[in-house]
Amino acid sequence: MITVQNISKSFGKNGQQKALTDIHISVNKGELFGLIGPDGAGKTTLFRILTTLILADQGSAEVAGLDVVKDYKMLRKKLGYMPGRFSLYQDLSVAENLAFYASIFNTTIEANYHLIQDIYVQLEPFKDRRAGALSGGMKQKLALCCALIHKPEVLFLDEPTTGVDVVSRKEFWEMLGRLKMEGITIFVSTPYMDEASLCDRIALIQNGHILSENTPAELVSAFKSDLFGVKADKMNDARKSLLDLENVDDVYAFGEFLHVKSNKGTVHQKEIFDHLKSSGFEDIEVLKIDATIEDCFMDLMHS
Amino acid sequence: MTTFIFILKKEFRQIFRDPAILRLIFIMPMLQLIVLPFAADYEIKNIKIGIIDHDHSDYSRTLVSKIENSAYFRLTGYTHTFKEGLQWIEDEKADLVIEIPHRFEATLIRESKADVLLAINAVNGTKGNLGAAYTLGIIQQFNQNIRVEWFQMPEFNPEPMIDVTYTSLYNPHRNYQLFMVPGILAVLLTMVGGFLSALNIVKEKEIGTIEQLNVSPIKKYQFIMGKIVPFWLLGFVILTVGLVISFIVHGIVPGSNIYVLYVFSALYLFAILGFGLLLSNFTNTQQQAMMVAFFFMLIFILLSGLYTPIESMPPWAQVVAAFNPVSYMVEVMRMVLLKGATIKDIWPHIRIIFVFGVVLNFFAIYSYNKTN
Repeated sequence: MITVQNISKSFGKNGQQKALTDIHISVNKGELFGLIGPDGAGKTTLFRILTTLILADQGSAEVAGLDVVKDYKMLRKKLGYMPGRFSLYQDLSVAENLAFYASIFNTTIEANYHLIQDIYVQLEPFKDRRAGALSGGMKQKLALCCALIHKPEVLFLDEPTTGVDVVSRKEFWEMLGRLKMEGITIFVSTPYMDEASLCDRIALIQNGHILSENTPAELVSAFKSDLFGVKADKMNDARKSLLDLENVDDVYAFGEFLHVKSNKGTVHQKEIFDHLKSSGFEDIEVLKIDATIEDCFMDLMHS
Repeated sequence: MTTFIFILKKEFRQIFRDPAILRLIFIMPMLQLIVLPFAADYEIKNIKIGIIDHDHSDYSRTLVSKIENSAYFRLTGYTHTFKEGLQWIEDEKADLVIEIPHRFEATLIRESKADVLLAINAVNGTKGNLGAAYTLGIIQQFNQNIRVEWFQMPEFNPEPMIDVTYTSLYNPHRNYQLFMVPGILAVLLTMVGGFLSALNIVKEKEIGTIEQLNVSPIKKYQFIMGKIVPFWLLGFVILTVGLVISFIVHGIVPGSNIYVLYVFSALYLFAILGFGLLLSNFTNTQQQAMMVAFFFMLIFILLSGLYTPIESMPPWAQVVAAFNPVSYMVEVMRMVLLKGATIKDIWPHIRIIFVFGVVLNFFAIYSYNKTN
């Protein structure tokens, strides 16, 4: 459904600022595909290329079987785009915004109401309120409705959950799940690694390079090292101390734990515990854990 | 076409929902047309005058009372030394000091001539010039009266004289307001047509809605027309409101060929909307657009002949004025409202403003394609 080949894009004079380098991605029809990466990785740039807003310097891309450069006019009818920044008319009401976006695609709210029904029922009580006066979560829902109202084949969502509370985020992902059932291909970007597991397949992006493209499960299973979660009284000193331990590849903070990465079978739980004990740390806790997407990301980033 | 109607609907909805725009459309012309022509007036009144009378004679008192009674002057006070008079000018207590020398009357009678000294603060050149002119006028009249008193005038003037009779055409009372009102109307049209439209487009860029429109099948010309048409119509509303106000307040009766004004305004708005579009292509925030608009507005107004005649500007400024669309609108407004000009009379203006419209809009659309 989406094929990206050799896409590169630079900004600035003489193109010193490399935003994307040699990107390859392919997204299948009906897939919920996640583009995961930190801020500034190039996610939005890739979105803008695929939604025909800017031109790539190199390479080609097809969306819904249409070239993003040559067939951009046709393509615009088939894609829905929800930018990262809320960009609807703040001075128009909820209903007016929706009606306007429906009308410029030559359709009506009624025609595709079934697509947005689940989301719109929550907005309905506020339908005469101006969009600018909605809460953050409601704005996201309205933006999603507006991007969906013309029944796009492919939906591009650029960081839809950034700055949204945990409950709304969860709700939002449930909505995406339902949209997938309708057969809409969804291409979503997010800086939150924990959302990756909700996608069918993901691509990890960093500094304009795709690090990996896989299903979340396979990505995690491709993590070949042992991983330990460690807790002690002085976390920062413990991190430095653990780096001295033989066969330890990497130690990094992860929530309330330190994650200790080592080659498979070279380091044991007890060894870490004893090392910390003998170095004078207290309240030590060492657990053998499974890698998360974020661990994979860290791993790929360093290799 | 239906898409275009939806776009228009949306634009009008937004315009009429914005209280700032509504105020701008109805209150701005009212205030500008009611207040400005009365206030921004070249007739200078309340010139502060200080009097130094060393003579204290009949004649000097007559002269002083004539000056005092004139509507143009306001007396600061009397003093005995020229030094203090100068100090008044220094302290801005007086704009003008008149010194009548000792033995003014006696010298005048004996030698048939006498001196009077005028010291004028010329920081504000116009005020200085006019103050001097008014004073000289009064002194001359005083002079005339003395001559009548002294001589029995012969029945026929022995010197041949040309008697000048004049009539002021188009503005019989040489009323400054009649001159200003049409000009202010032209500026109002420019504000609405050129700058409101530019701000409106830039606003779409600023809040990001233009991206949403760009990924939709809306065509560029539909978007641009959607911005131009509402402000084009608003221009006519402002013009009509302005004409009604100038009729009620200033008694300017638009003649039967008022349609000439509407025809020209239609072309003018087209040109100035192109300018607004051009402006919006090179700015990204409303703040930037505002600052650039302000810069152009100042030049447009000062070099439009609104206040000072273009003919009296230096040649280079006249060249700039020739490239200033506002100057043509100001001129046509005055021609139609004061002289009742016909289409034939303003034909050269129509041709020029049409060229402006084509060129500005061409560049606007060209740069729009390039920057987006």
